[in-house]
Amino acid sequence: MKCILRVVLQAAVVFSITGQMVSAAAWEPTKPVEFVIPAGTGGGADQMARLIQGIVAKHNLMKQSLIPVNKSAGAGAEGFLAVKDAKGDPHKIIITLSNLFTTPLAQGTPFSWRDMTPVSMLALDQFVLWVNAETPYKTAKEYVEAAKKAGPNKMKMGGTGSKQEDQILTVSLEKATGTKFNYLPLKGGGDVAVQLVGKHIDSTVNNPIEAIAQWRAGTLRPLCVFDDTRMPYKTKITATMSWYDIPTCSEAGVPTDYVMLRGIFMPPGVAQDQVNFYVDLFKKVRETPEWKKFMEDGAFNQTSMSGKEYAAWVEKNENLHRELMKEAGFLAKPKP
Amino acid sequence: MKPEQEAETGDRPVATNRTMEIVVAGLFLLFGLTFCIASYQLGSGWSDDGPQSGYFPFYINVIILIASAVTLAQAIMGKTSRPRDAFVSVGQLRQIMAVLLPAALYVLGVQLFGIYLSSAVYITLFMVWLGKYSWGKSAALGISISVAVYFMFEVWFKVSLHKGSWFDPLSLFGL
Amino acid sequence: MEEINALFHGFSVALSPFNLMLMFIGVILGVIIGVLPGLGGANGIAILLPLTFTMPPTSAIIMLSCIYWGALFGGAITSILFNIPGEPWSVATTFDGYPMAQQGRAGEALTAAFTSSFIGAFVAVVMITFLAPLIAKFALKFGSPEFFSVYFLTFCSFIGMGKGSPWKTLAAMMFGFALASVGMDSMTGQQRLNFGSMELVRGFDFLIAVIGLFGIGEILISMEEGLSFSGSSARIDPKVVIATWKKLPKYWMTSLRSCLVGCWMGITPGGATPASFMSYGLAKRMSRDGEKFGTGQVEGVIAPETAAHAAGTSALLPMLSLGIPGSPTAAVLLGGLLIWGLQPGPLLFVEKKDFVWGLIASMYLGNIAGLIIVLTCVPLFAAILRIPFSIIAPVIIVICVIGAYTVHSAIFEVWLMLAFGVIGYVFKKLDYPMAPMVLALVLGKGAEDSFRNAIKGSQGDFSVFFANGLVGSIMTLGLVMLLWPLVNKLRGKA
Repeated sequence: MKCILRVVLQAAVVFSITGQMVSAAAWEPTKPVEFVIPAGTGGGADQMARLIQGIVAKHNLMKQSLIPVNKSAGAGAEGFLAVKDAKGDPHKIIITLSNLFTTPLAQGTPFSWRDMTPVSMLALDQFVLWVNAETPYKTAKEYVEAAKKAGPNKMKMGGTGSKQEDQILTVSLEKATGTKFNYLPLKGGGDVAVQLVGKHIDSTVNNPIEAIAQWRAGTLRPLCVFDDTRMPYKTKITATMSWYDIPTCSEAGVPTDYVMLRGIFMPPGVAQDQVNFYVDLFKKVRETPEWKKFMEDGAFNQTSMSGKEYAAWVEKNENLHRELMKEAGFLAKPKP
Repeated sequence: MKPEQEAETGDRPVATNRTMEIVVAGLFLLFGLTFCIASYQLGSGWSDDGPQSGYFPFYINVIILIASAVTLAQAIMGKTSRPRDAFVSVGQLRQIMAVLLPAALYVLGVQLFGIYLSSAVYITLFMVWLGKYSWGKSAALGISISVAVYFMFEVWFKVSLHKGSWFDPLSLFGL
Repeated sequence: MEEINALFHGFSVALSPFNLMLMFIGVILGVIIGVLPGLGGANGIAILLPLTFTMPPTSAIIMLSCIYWGALFGGAITSILFNIPGEPWSVATTFDGYPMAQQGRAGEALTAAFTSSFIGAFVAVVMITFLAPLIAKFALKFGSPEFFSVYFLTFCSFIGMGKGSPWKTLAAMMFGFALASVGMDSMTGQQRLNFGSMELVRGFDFLIAVIGLFGIGEILISMEEGLSFSGSSARIDPKVVIATWKKLPKYWMTSLRSCLVGCWMGITPGGATPASFMSYGLAKRMSRDGEKFGTGQVEGVIAPETAAHAAGTSALLPMLSLGIPGSPTAAVLLGGLLIWGLQPGPLLFVEKKDFVWGLIASMYLGNIAGLIIVLTCVPLFAAILRIPFSIIAPVIIVICVIGAYTVHSAIFEVWLMLAFGVIGYVFKKLDYPMAPMVLALVLGKGAEDSFRNAIKGSQGDFSVFFANGLVGSIMTLGLVMLLWPLVNKLRGKA
């Protein structure tokens, strides 16, 4: 209770001092901002959104509060449709994950990122190919060779959900190497990592943060990162390795890359100064020590962009997803 | 209405248990059939990598069909429990509707005007109408519960409750 | 003895005045969110997580875990008083708890529930303290076939319990399964059985169904019987706590069994919900008064509450030591750990001793604080039943509406809840049992997913369900449970 009171008091003081001066200038929210999370509680997007809520409150980055709302139905379609329908509402923002692309493509839900206003890219989530540390595979190449030798569908690849990032990445890996994995959709990232430790599956494409604990404990082994450059973090995670020491998959001889967007969008039809407010807000969020620590702990790719550059990136990525999903036969059949 | 009158007309059954058994079993059959067809269209077979989307729903609903058919037959033959007793009497139904209808109106109110105004009005009216409390007392309780809910959800827990699709009364207060 | 030293160090961390204050605030907040259906458990903790962001990690986790205890205790209150379970694992508590309240024994039911929760949680914490590293490894043995076998065992231990028409039981249970299948098919990532409706893609959430079936349905039944709760004349005696405690030792066998079921299910990690149902089912079969279950037996409250809390607490162990959440609430707590830069996993116990032992100590203290707080409030809670129906009924309906709305922030679900209320009323009057239906609704999807994953993993080979000693013995146990009533019947006839 005490900290709430404090925040309220501080906000009141800040408001009374700056209120008159700023009011004439830029736009800012006049009521609490709804922060839509198109995924359930406890997942990666949810964690990030609630961290942002905490950062915004702690550093007083916004006078109004940020209220996260989970709208996860239909692989996030519910959340995206809510934002699409809130035309011109500047008090609603949404954090996206790869379901921004996969949901409309796989479900045939009537929306695309073009129905929303791009604000900014926060970061890119990395994917790493993991195997159990007791297996003999030291490089991605060895593992893929073994999978080829075992025959199609023999090696079990565990991932989160179906027709989402993990499975699309698996398809992309299959395409690059000519192997075929038996993809098993499991509940969550932590679950996937533990199934790999228990040897119920043969490999995973977990995000760094989902498997770091097991890597440090010496039960999992990273083979390669699915990005075009290595992860920049050089602090030692295990006795001998840092994130930087993991080769990219192209270096390791399995030319595949995939990163997942963690970005912010707004409803369509909002004014430019309203977008600018949020671009600026998230710029401030990214500069806080809490955010930087979170990025490093999760070994995120800290690329960020906004405006036209961001829109172009999103468009390129959408095409990539369409291609991969088309080949895998994941596209929604046109409704009769 | 006086209690004596209630006793005269109120005991008449609206439907017997037997009738309701037949109706409910019939609804189950309808439900099972709809779902069976939908699951069949999804693919209710066994593909290379295990059961398809509609496999479990299909057989689950086949079981519903069988079980409900048996219940239906038993009901028609009068073999279910207490077939001739009243399922609900006129008086009872009136009592139930006295809660159910206002509750439905209340939910409609929530949809149109948001949770806070509707809850205050609903609690007040319920107390005045069914509890015969004074307007002052009822309104005081209704409003204070709404205000308490507002502070608990919107202010402390930062959970946004429904604001009303037609008109948001909170906008009058600039909230 | 290393554990004892570490634990005492933990106590010294947890016992600072600031942390003690947080503990009490946490328990009270927890009870509040546990009482409000829809807010409880996972949602509640997710909501309060950012509040703790400004605190040091140890204080924050102490507060959050106390909120967790509070929510666990709070869930039982509405189950017993109003037949509205705030959490999936309090459903089984309503079966005997609510009839007890109706008979004017609300105080006794609440005391039994709180005390059992405390015992369950306490046994689990003791286990975590001394056996943590040993037991954590056990969870690794669980793949999809093992998960399916646990679901199978839960269903089997619960089946064949109703007294009514077996056809109605079957129809009701399958109705629960059918509703559980609506929405997304997580194996293919496709929408299914939603008939083109965006609202139905959400599926039928357990909470919506239960608030309607039990909460609203019960109000309709009460209306039919005239404007009063049958328990309104309940005598509220502050000594009820002591009086109930005197009775409890008699049921030590039920408590012990429930603790074992709960701890085992929490670690494996089957979770608190299957644990509570399984424990209730076992108690009904093994107790001498088994026949009377459902009419207000204290044992019927003790069994599910003990198991649910033993499971809820042991679920924190795989979360801390492996990073897998044993319950949705644990999943959110896990998110909290990551935000504070703590990496759950095998090394947490080695590297962050202060934190881990502070947390374990706070489990002891929070549990005791929680018990004291809720027990002193028993007469107060029980007195709620004395409020006239025409005041409490609209308030309950408002709480139901808010609860239904907060589950997914969707007004459609509020209508759905109202519809379930009517279904609940009709089912109750026609003797369609609701327990198997709710069980199927809660566990149906998990059972189907684990079955399909197991089959896909083995490429269509059914022998995976008997592939090793663990899964084989759980499946066999399930089959024995399934056939038990049949055998009993044959024996009875012979």
